[in-house]
Amino acid sequence: MLRFVVRRLALMVPVLVGLSILLFVWIRALPGEPARSMLGQRATPEAIERINNLYGFNDPVLQQYFTYVGRLIRGDFGESTRNGDPVVSTFFDQFPATIELSFAALLFAIVLGIPLGYWAGRRVGGWLDNVIVSTSLLGVVTPVFFLAILLKLVFAEYLDWFPTSRRSDARIEATHITNFYVLDGLITREWDAAWDAIVHLILPGIALGTIPLAIIVRITRAAVADVMGEDYVRTAYSKGLDPAIIRNRHVMRNALLPVVTTIGLQTGLLLSGAVLTESVFEIGGIGRYLFEAISQRDYPVLQAYILFIALIFSIVNLLVDVSYGVIDPRVRVS
Amino acid sequence: MTDDTIGGRGVNAPDVVRRDLSTEALLTVRDLRVEFGKKGQRPTTAVDEVTFEIRRGEHLGIVGESGSGKSVTSLAIMGLLPATGVRVSGQIMFDGEDLLAASEKRMRDVRGRDIAMIFQDPMTSLNPVVTIGTQISEVIRGHRDMGKAEANERAVELLRKVAMPDPGRRMKEYPHQLSGGMRQRVLIAIALANEPQLLIADEPTTALDVTIQAQILEILKQVVADTGTALIMITHDLGVVAGLCDSVHVMYQGRVVESAQRRPLFAEPRHPYTGGLLASVPRLDSPRGQPLKPIPGSPTDVLPWTQGCAFTPRCANRIDTCTEKTPALKIEGQRALRCFNPLTLSSAGGATP
Repeated sequence: MLRFVVRRLALMVPVLVGLSILLFVWIRALPGEPARSMLGQRATPEAIERINNLYGFNDPVLQQYFTYVGRLIRGDFGESTRNGDPVVSTFFDQFPATIELSFAALLFAIVLGIPLGYWAGRRVGGWLDNVIVSTSLLGVVTPVFFLAILLKLVFAEYLDWFPTSRRSDARIEATHITNFYVLDGLITREWDAAWDAIVHLILPGIALGTIPLAIIVRITRAAVADVMGEDYVRTAYSKGLDPAIIRNRHVMRNALLPVVTTIGLQTGLLLSGAVLTESVFEIGGIGRYLFEAISQRDYPVLQAYILFIALIFSIVNLLVDVSYGVIDPRVRVS
Repeated sequence: MTDDTIGGRGVNAPDVVRRDLSTEALLTVRDLRVEFGKKGQRPTTAVDEVTFEIRRGEHLGIVGESGSGKSVTSLAIMGLLPATGVRVSGQIMFDGEDLLAASEKRMRDVRGRDIAMIFQDPMTSLNPVVTIGTQISEVIRGHRDMGKAEANERAVELLRKVAMPDPGRRMKEYPHQLSGGMRQRVLIAIALANEPQLLIADEPTTALDVTIQAQILEILKQVVADTGTALIMITHDLGVVAGLCDSVHVMYQGRVVESAQRRPLFAEPRHPYTGGLLASVPRLDSPRGQPLKPIPGSPTDVLPWTQGCAFTPRCANRIDTCTEKTPALKIEGQRALRCFNPLTLSSAGGATP
């Protein structure tokens, strides 16, 4: 198992290098350029030329790439072409926010989705199944921004159960080490800060997690319905086992593979799809920043952010592959 | 006939185990009827008027082709038919208790402890993601107050009993690492883990290679004899019945058409269907090149017994009455028969068991 993980980690290197090359060439092939965005519509060709020379955008792409990689190795991610900020500084501020939000959304989707999917799948066609399936359909078709605004309006503004926006209450003193607010609160033992961060995550987490929830419900339901008809489940029943053992050991363990795959795929979508939720709840994540970086062709920011998303996605899928082996001995690598 | 000792299959090892059958019935099935159907639809009757009893230690065979209701009968005894869309009526008395009236919780106690079952396909009947050891020990621990180590010890002992090579190592292995025959041994070990009073084997050898079939039957025979377990053997293979069963019930389209002790049934089948089944078994002593004798046609599917005998279309002995009235199961001495025009001794395609 360890060898498998190491090999997969090693395989990630060429994948990420390849992606970085593609990304580098690709964003430069997009119409428009950073200089034009910086200087505006009426910039003179001379001014644009000057900026391009300054940032090295006139060099051959290959040369630009090696310069970039050379700086990357020294830990230098470059500066934003929009405001000259080092990419690293915004990076460590924004990524934790988005990752935390995505994690909350995923947690919500998994904790609720797997049991609901199980109950629906046990009796396909039963009333519980019908209720769960139609509700999950509703979850898939509801636009995220609409749900986010609705949740905020009802539970934050009207009922006042949850904070309306941001990641924490300014009145609560909190020390930030990792910028993962919940984690920070736990590390520093500032329990009130940790709790405050959790409370701030609930509504955005639900808003962002609804679509993954609906998908997980449906995948779990289909997998459970499938497994329920298997001969070995009948064998388990014929043994007169405790219902909890039949559920966990015989049904869920077999039904989990497709669910785990889905969860892995959802993670990537969550990271890149958090932008709407982030803007409704005024969470300073990567969403809005990345969007602006795209529209203004902020090459250094785009390169660093997209590569990092790819890295997270690769790691999550490595975890998915590892959990396959844990769940199913037949795919275990010897 | 009741304390009959049974020879092995063909010339195989003669059976030395003498079994004493008590006269008290362990399981009595009375007028069992199972109907499938959704609400508002006309239900399909899978099993009807099924009545039989089995005594402690007895070996009983239920014979019939696919769709004759053999498996449904066994699932009804186990209480394993789906909870919705099925109506079961009649009586299943086990050790003085009506199982059809028992609660699900009570049935959980009975299943795996008092009544156990072996299913047809060993390739799919074991959980692929759980070790053999756990699959055996969980049924032990589910019914007995036993620690993990002790249950594992017992599981190894069970594997040894079903002649599993290298039982200690198998405990940590998964089903996909075992052959079909070994998996069926595991399933036998699971079924006998708590020394049940009754074992139902639903075509336990059908999915196996012919060479493995004989081995598995031998093991099965040995272990039920050792524990004094009563056995219901469900099969379409008369050879299996011949080597194993004290009495036989032949089913056709959901009803029992003939019941008898093994010897008289084989020597003198009375129902044309039983006769056909026996005649269709290939024999080693028949002349070379002689074609097999099939029963012509196949079972009809819609409401077979509502108008006349369901076997009429395929029956060589049919008379006019067969399509006019539905035959009832009549008891004639040691035998029960559902036929208006049974075979006589001279016309019967008898066989020696």
